[in-house]
Amino acid sequence: MKPGTRLKSAACDTEVMVIRSADGQIECGGSPMGETKPAEPAPLAADFSAGTLMGKRYVDSDGKYELLCVKPGKGSLGVDGAALVVKDAKPLPASD
Amino acid sequence: MNIALLLEMAAEAAPDRIALVCEGKRWTYGDLLAAARGAFELIQDSGAEYVALLDESSEAAVIAVFGAALAGVPYCPLNYRLPDADLAALLGRIAPALVIGDEERVLRIAGGQDHTIIPRDEFTLKVQETVPGDDAREYDPGEGVAIQLFTSGTTAAPKAAILRHSNLIGYILGTVEFASADEADAALVVVPPYHIAGISAMLSSIYAQRKIVMLPNFSPEGWLSLVAGEAITNAFVVPTMLARIVDAMEKGAAAQTASLRAIAYGGGKMPLEVIHKALERFPGAGFTNAYGLTETSSTVALLGPEDHREALASDDPKVRARLTSLGKPIPTVEMEIRGENGEVLPVGQPGEIYVRGDQVSGEYKEKSALDADGWFPTRDAGFMDEDGYLFLSGRADDVIVRGGENMSPGEIEDVLLTHPAIADACACAIPSVEWGETVGVAVVTREGHAAPNEGELKELVRSRLRSSRVPEKVAFVTELPYNEMGKLLRRKVKDVLAD
Repeated sequence: MKPGTRLKSAACDTEVMVIRSADGQIECGGSPMGETKPAEPAPLAADFSAGTLMGKRYVDSDGKYELLCVKPGKGSLGVDGAALVVKDAKPLPASD
Repeated sequence: MNIALLLEMAAEAAPDRIALVCEGKRWTYGDLLAAARGAFELIQDSGAEYVALLDESSEAAVIAVFGAALAGVPYCPLNYRLPDADLAALLGRIAPALVIGDEERVLRIAGGQDHTIIPRDEFTLKVQETVPGDDAREYDPGEGVAIQLFTSGTTAAPKAAILRHSNLIGYILGTVEFASADEADAALVVVPPYHIAGISAMLSSIYAQRKIVMLPNFSPEGWLSLVAGEAITNAFVVPTMLARIVDAMEKGAAAQTASLRAIAYGGGKMPLEVIHKALERFPGAGFTNAYGLTETSSTVALLGPEDHREALASDDPKVRARLTSLGKPIPTVEMEIRGENGEVLPVGQPGEIYVRGDQVSGEYKEKSALDADGWFPTRDAGFMDEDGYLFLSGRADDVIVRGGENMSPGEIEDVLLTHPAIADACACAIPSVEWGETVGVAVVTREGHAAPNEGELKELVRSRLRSSRVPEKVAFVTELPYNEMGKLLRRKVKDVLAD
């Protein structure tokens, strides 16, 4: 998936921008995300229903994937069934 | 990824929150996004290849930068302080542009260049009236150039530095947490819109959802009055401004600054005396020294509040010295100090500062300055101590930085050499409490001529260049020091002038 691509959840309101990606399937709420929303919403998988937070970046453990949440929703993010986690960013003092 | 996303996210999360206060008028994130979308229509219809701003800071700067981004047209704020001829040349390099601002001046100096000109008030009004049509708009994906900034051009013609959407997004995502500001937070922005710090202040504050309060014309009294009136929590100043603010406070200017939590500074060397006084005057504020360049999308290293406090409280001269450092590289930027042959130098050795990272553009319209591995040579000279603190020893090009304004010794020397009694001249930076650096010159009197007096030489520079170039100190020497290669040893001249 190309960096800068906007992906929408099939199961909730979540939308993300792709910052970094590899060949795996990016999912939200347990269903594949796409550039358009399906006509029929997909069911929310119980394992992927913790929700997404606006402005948070989500990463995998290998550092291959990074997604920026630009619209929050009830589902949570994963790649090929493995959950993504919020990227820990040490806050910097405002410099401008 | 388009930088307009930063505003879109802020407007999505908090459409009714106040984003900007300028000349008493308040704009919400929703207002700004609607205006930027109106600007998109205007820019598209104009057929312009650039969106230029020839104006002081105002809401138009914010609307224009995001409107241009949506339209995929580079935004190019111009320095309105430039002399007519220089400005006309820059306008010529971006024609045809949609120029927002000083209509009379553009018509007078660049009337034949095919620009579309729109005064600020008209622009602001029009973008609010322009409602995008019902059909969904195709906004630019943000894969190209977001901003073009002309460098100050002290050594040659100004270079057109290019910042891509990816550089600016890299900077913001790497340094700012979305919506991290409290609703009561307010940042006072005094840097002009054509300066990289003015641009990064806009982008950072919008993404953090920190209200921006603009002060288009700096004065210490105006600054202090806005700090009190708008309960300012964050401010960025260049060292000269901080010196003038502290000075005004010492002279008894009215100051209610208890709301100030964070003061960041950068853009030139901060005299130790000024930062010491400022730390005393603003005991409740954390200070951050930021080091960055246009070509790096702003900050690449910073000395944070904790570092300031530690340095001030320490008895260890090494730790105290950190107050004069630029701090450490930010986590998303790599930094190296290199020697003349490009070799990486060990700790403590001065050389040229190189940086690499997503936010580092290092690109000019004409060519990229990045090396094969993506490193950008900053032309700044410095060294890093064993704890990783970066110290700036000067500009690789000997540029004099007076109050944030870069000036080339060459242009001052050229003017001095037009005097019939001057055989040789060298201009260089001398330390100044007020300006950080100011101009000192050493001159050699031509044989058979009487030495001209100091006032005469100052008047000559004043008559030919801007008043900031007028030397504060003039030394008459029998000869200037050159090395065996014929290279003028400016450092030695500096020593003479410092005495």
